[in-house]
Order: sequence, then structure tokens, then C-alpha cells
Amino acid sequence: MATIQPTAGELEPPHPDVALVERVRGGDVSAYDELVRKYERQLFRIAQHITQNREDAEDVMQDAFLKAYEKLEQFQGNSKFYTWLVRIAVNESLMRLRKRRSGRMVSLDEDVETEEGSVPRDLADWDPDPEQNYSQTELAEILRKTIQGLPPGFRVVFTLRDVDGLSTEETAETLGLSVPAVKSRLLRARLQLRERLSRYFKRRKASTTSGGSK
Amino acid sequence: MTCTEFLAMLDDLIDDAVTPQLRAELQEHLHGCDHCEVTLSTTRKTIQIYRSHELYDMPSGLRERLHAAIMARCKKGC
Ligand SMILES: [Zn+2]
Repeated sequence: MATIQPTAGELEPPHPDVALVERVRGGDVSAYDELVRKYERQLFRIAQHITQNREDAEDVMQDAFLKAYEKLEQFQGNSKFYTWLVRIAVNESLMRLRKRRSGRMVSLDEDVETEEGSVPRDLADWDPDPEQNYSQTELAEILRKTIQGLPPGFRVVFTLRDVDGLSTEETAETLGLSVPAVKSRLLRARLQLRERLSRYFKRRKASTTSGGSK
Repeated sequence: MTCTEFLAMLDDLIDDAVTPQLRAELQEHLHGCDHCEVTLSTTRKTIQIYRSHELYDMPSGLRERLHAAIMARCKKGC
């Protein structure tokens, strides 16, 4: 595919959010509604993945959009509006998670020292179409339960990078982590999820009973 | 290439961030190693399955509540 390399000094076209943000700053609230509509689903999903609690996720989404609205003056155009918004939502989410765990420390570094999942153990191949063996409800339950078991520091990275589709750099910027830290967490998160899903998705015939990764 | 070396490059391979030369080396390892082949395909599947399933529906009415909350602040501010 032919790509056009930006030449030195050439400006990238401004992100469409820039104009919306400008309109909001100028007092046009409807422009903010547009931003909300554009990102509410993603933000809710991120909050739900991190907090693992529906009520908290609702509150996080509300609070993040309200905070962003009030702090819009502080938003600098050098990062994307969306990543700025996500950063607020992630911080709010971690705060709620901490409250739920009644003061237990929840940080992005928690449990990341674990060796679990750093080496694949269950090497049975999966069914070519493993989703077929479960109803939509069952499948959703399996996927929710599985990601819930990840340490928060892995869950956050996987959610932003793989579920939401941010780049490694954006994820690093959003979480205040280095790029190598994001990469190492992402690999471990992916491998842990893989290991746990293997229990449900591996080929059925010769059911090996060595068990999962619990 | 050993399995450990392969594993260290797994993410870059999945995210398509490897040079053609490295890709060829990884492919070569895959041809002779069922374990890494399975790890690669099932890890890919793991990502794809999470990407393609919406696990949480946004509650209805949330947007309206949010809109109302924003309007309430706005009356004070603008
Ligand atoms: Zn191997």
C-alpha cells in the first residue's frame, strides 16, 4: 500500500475533536453533547472493565465527563481529547476500585510481579470455532469472569490496548507508564487470558485433566 | 531461535511490528514448533474474541442523566 510520508513542516490535519472542543470552550454545550455521544460507550466499557462493578462504572462515566467539562481549560491540544478523557476515567475507576476493596491499596503495580502466565502451560489447541460451543450469554459470562481474574494492572493495559484499541504509546501516556512497561504487561495479560480461556475453548475430544491455571 | 526468544517477540508479531527479516525467523521457528504455533493462534483468538464481543451494555438513561448534569453546571458557568 502506498503511504504518503509527511514531509518536514507539513501539518497533520487537526483531529475533528479539536473543533468540537473549541466550540465547547466558546460556550456551545451542544458540542459537548456530541463528544459525549461519540465516546460514552467506550468510556463506560473501560470503566466497567476496570471497576468490575456496574454502579461504579456508571458513576465513573458521569464523573469523568463532568470533570473533563469543567477542566476543559486545562486540556492542552498536544494530546488527543480522547486519551485525555480516558486518563481521567482510568483514574476515577482506580479510585472506585480502591474504595470497594475497603482501603486496600490498588495501584497499577499491584500483582504485576506474579509469574503466572508468563510461560504458556496449557498447550492444547483450541476448537477452530470455540464460540460455537456456547450460547451468547454463556460466552459473555466466560469472558467477563476470565478478565475479572486478571490483576488490575494487567486488566487496565489489556482493556486500553486490545479492547479499546489505543496504541502502545497512547496507553503508556494515558497510564503514566513507560512503553516497555506497557508491553510487558500486555504480553502477560494476553498470555494469562489465553491460559484461562483454554479451559473452555480447547478441543474437546481427548480432554486432558491437568487443569487450568488456577 | 528458542521458544523463549519466540515468546519475547510474540506481541510484536501479533501487532505486526516486526521487520520482514525477523518475521521470517519467527515463521521458521513456527514451522518446527507446535507449542509456539498453538500459543500464537490461541493468543490471537483471545484478543479477537475480546475485541468482537461487547460484554457490557451501557445502561439506558445514563446519557440523559449525564446531559442533565452537564446542563446544570453550564447554567452556572455559561
Ligand atoms: Zn517454540
